Amino acid sequence: MHRTKVKVVEEALDANNTIASANRSDFDRAAVKVVNFMSAPGAGKTTLLERVVVDLPGVRIGVLEGDVQGSMDADRLASLHVPVTQLNTDPSFGGECHLDANMVRSAIPALPLEEIDLLIIENVGNLVCPAEFRVGEDTRVMVTSVTEGEDKPLKYPLMFRACELVLINKIDLLPHLDFDLDRLLYNIDQVHPDVERIVLSAKTGEGLDAWREWLIGVAAREGAVA
Amino acid sequence: MHELSLSSAIVGTVVKHAEGRRVSVVSLRVGRLRQVVPDTLEFYFEFVAKGTVCEGARLEQELLEARLRCESCEHEWSIDIPAFRCPICGGAEVEIASGNEFEVESIEVEEAECIARK
Repeated sequence: MHRTKVKVVEEALDANNTIASANRSDFDRAAVKVVNFMSAPGAGKTTLLERVVVDLPGVRIGVLEGDVQGSMDADRLASLHVPVTQLNTDPSFGGECHLDANMVRSAIPALPLEEIDLLIIENVGNLVCPAEFRVGEDTRVMVTSVTEGEDKPLKYPLMFRACELVLINKIDLLPHLDFDLDRLLYNIDQVHPDVERIVLSAKTGEGLDAWREWLIGVAAREGAVA
Repeated sequence: MHELSLSSAIVGTVVKHAEGRRVSVVSLRVGRLRQVVPDTLEFYFEFVAKGTVCEGARLEQELLEARLRCESCEHEWSIDIPAFRCPICGGAEVEIASGNEFEVESIEVEEAECIARK
């Protein structure tokens, strides 16, 4: 018995990225734009979708709902007559804390791709792992809420850097909190200079028009972007 | 907490390259920006490797500093905190020269001696 050194030099997440590219090709072929939608648990992802999915002129929207367990979020969206597909990471995948490309691949046959223009993949609530795993999306959006603290960009730079748009939610609560919004915006800018940001409240509706317009803009993007 | 997911990705990559041979050492290159805690990664790797050719393998991690390069003024600098705006010109277009790596660099595998003779 002897030992041999084998040169590998391979990004450890290459296997995931390869499957993500295959997903992306399937979405491109169906002319569906895909948003990977991420946040910590409880930041308001589902509510922010509820508030806009029925009201996007000219855009047929579908949702792929990722959760460790249960279909509470999917049920909320389905009640609005939006096509929703549930993906649980628990029964077959050992309760993963994020969606990966392979899980999304397994859900593609169940997606009504011919009937939609924009697919929003609501990832599992988590600011860490989802930032590492591409699933075949065109773009990534995250939500941070003002109840989470100004320091979150500095603690979770991978997530804040992975996104093209940061939604800052729950600003209706600002009068009740010791929260410095300018400090949060400064920290976001330090971690991801010039990233797009929308300050909003799913409760009062402030800023929701900008969120709707942003989604309409994604649906209207030309062809495949690398 | 992402070290568990990352360990699974490492084992998957190594198993593919080991081609059935037993693995004794796995060498990684890990950029500082990946926010990997080396001890935690080692702990999960040992756990995830069980029942694979990686079981019992030693994990070697080469940590690489986060080095940035401004695309406007070409200034290059290293960071210890996540501040990505160029400190010289304030530019936002910044290239990550190093620090984003999460690579399996090499593996050491055990091979049976070839005793067949012609």
